[in-house]
Amino acid sequence: MTNRTRRGGNEKVVITGIGGNFGRAVARRLHRHYDVIGIDRRTVRHMPKDIDIEQVDIRRRRVEDVFRREHIDAVVHLNIMHDPRTRQDEHHHFNIVGTQKIFGLCAEHRVPKVIVLSSANVYGPDPTNDQFLTEEAALMGGQNFEAIRDLIALDMFCNTFFWRHPEIETVILRPAHIVGRVNNAPSKYLRLERPPTIMGHDPMVQLIHVEDVVTAIERALIPGIRGVFNIAGPSPVPLSFILDELGRNPRPLPEPVLRMMLKTAWALKMSDWPVPELDHIKYVCMVDDSLARSKMGFEHHFEIEDILRDVEKEPRPW
Amino acid sequence: MLKSVSRRVDDALIKTIREDVWERVQSMDAGQNEYGFDPFGFHAESLKYVLAVAVLLYRHYFRVETFDIDNIPDRGRVMLVSNHTGQIPLDGMMTATGVLIDKQPPRMARGMIERWVPSIPFISTIFARCGQVVGTRDNARMLLKRDGCLMVFPEGTRGINKTYDRAYELERFGRGFMRLALETDTPIVPVGVVGAEEQMPAIYNVESLAKILGMPAFPITPTWPFLGPAGALPLPVKYRIYFGEPMKFDGDPDDEDRVIGAQVKQVRQAIREMLTRGLEEREGVFF
Repeated sequence: MTNRTRRGGNEKVVITGIGGNFGRAVARRLHRHYDVIGIDRRTVRHMPKDIDIEQVDIRRRRVEDVFRREHIDAVVHLNIMHDPRTRQDEHHHFNIVGTQKIFGLCAEHRVPKVIVLSSANVYGPDPTNDQFLTEEAALMGGQNFEAIRDLIALDMFCNTFFWRHPEIETVILRPAHIVGRVNNAPSKYLRLERPPTIMGHDPMVQLIHVEDVVTAIERALIPGIRGVFNIAGPSPVPLSFILDELGRNPRPLPEPVLRMMLKTAWALKMSDWPVPELDHIKYVCMVDDSLARSKMGFEHHFEIEDILRDVEKEPRPW
Repeated sequence: MLKSVSRRVDDALIKTIREDVWERVQSMDAGQNEYGFDPFGFHAESLKYVLAVAVLLYRHYFRVETFDIDNIPDRGRVMLVSNHTGQIPLDGMMTATGVLIDKQPPRMARGMIERWVPSIPFISTIFARCGQVVGTRDNARMLLKRDGCLMVFPEGTRGINKTYDRAYELERFGRGFMRLALETDTPIVPVGVVGAEEQMPAIYNVESLAKILGMPAFPITPTWPFLGPAGALPLPVKYRIYFGEPMKFDGDPDDEDRVIGAQVKQVRQAIREMLTRGLEEREGVFF
């Protein structure tokens, strides 16, 4: 508490889900200019000293205290679970109810800005996709992949909030595959020594560096910015090019074989790859980020080479 | 070992294409990024595999002759609007090859492919690397906005699948291309392909069978299906490809069908004139 009273003048930002690799990256950047308060149900370690942490599940009542104690200027909502192994109902409940709770608090306590990190995956890979999907494209990600449905529901919920509370600036960010020193699916895939690919398919892929997504969040905090924004990094390249650059030795397999293997491995709990995610290495799912670049002033700083250099490094041990 | 083999193959391919032509194709600017790929997956370096085959067909099998190919502007967005004939879309392949190897500087004519093509292994990748784009409206718009060269067949399957009794008749043209041209302020170069109609003269179209097989048409030709797979080979006809003067249209892209239709008619008329000229000029189907 002493920290905040001492620095007083700064705006206060709440980051939910601060304990993850990505939450930490956001916190480390934002705490230089904002007073950051973190909420996470996990134990949070290795944070800058001036960040206050509330270790609590966002669905609990105690979260309200954070909002009641002082005026919050913005909420960065990252507390969204992406774990295909968690039970579906718990996964759904945590994401939807948690988001609803946070948004309810924001409305009640007049927080002027809410930023939600959705994903370009909500559009879903599909052979009939436009090469670059705009923010208006239908969210079709759930047609084959159930686990993405709560993210879509969440994204839609935020959209309705946007209309119900015009006084609050809601920003929904839909970044392409985030890659870097994090533990998400695309980064883990690129870290495989012999990544399986689908024989005969080589889609164009967009990658974005973790730090560039943090930059996008920083830009989104600027007063006046509101709406849905696709975020993408450098220009797209084929998957084979990425694997080549990384010096990987891909294992091309016919699609039915790969599906069968993955299904078996999933059932035996030998792999954590949900089978429908194979579509991401088969079809395009790329976004048109021109709106973010023109309206939000977003610019990426990490080119493909930089992104691939960082994906090689394991996430930091903490 | 493997490397030297692949290098020798590459050399042979480039020799087929001809070094100077390949040099021009390779250094062509079709909107590639610093890694050599354009956003749709086009890669000039990968082009040689398909181009070598296309060049053999172009120079020796169909002995393609192009007329007024310099009517295509050297740079800037442009739409090639062509008639569509011959059961298999080799006319598109030959036009694109012509624009690549006979025009200086070369341009990459980008075709629009069916939406289910990306789900076929290998074909999807080959088509993408050769600059073919999934046929959605937004993709076409984006290609033109990036100053690309778009190849359109407004007759669609209506044109390519017609039987031989209607040879060189133009079917109804779609209007989408004109709306797109108006919206993006794109000049239209009409293209007339003469010769392709005779490569597979269809006597009858078994529509019921086509429906069962999920194909747009099932043509019966003098050789197919009676001679088996060999009967599906196109005859070695001579292609003549005519390129017309660029046409520029003004107007509201959301205008009524009647207004757009009149403009489409002008393009159709230009193509018809070129076809008439081509049919008069040629001395035979195979020469």
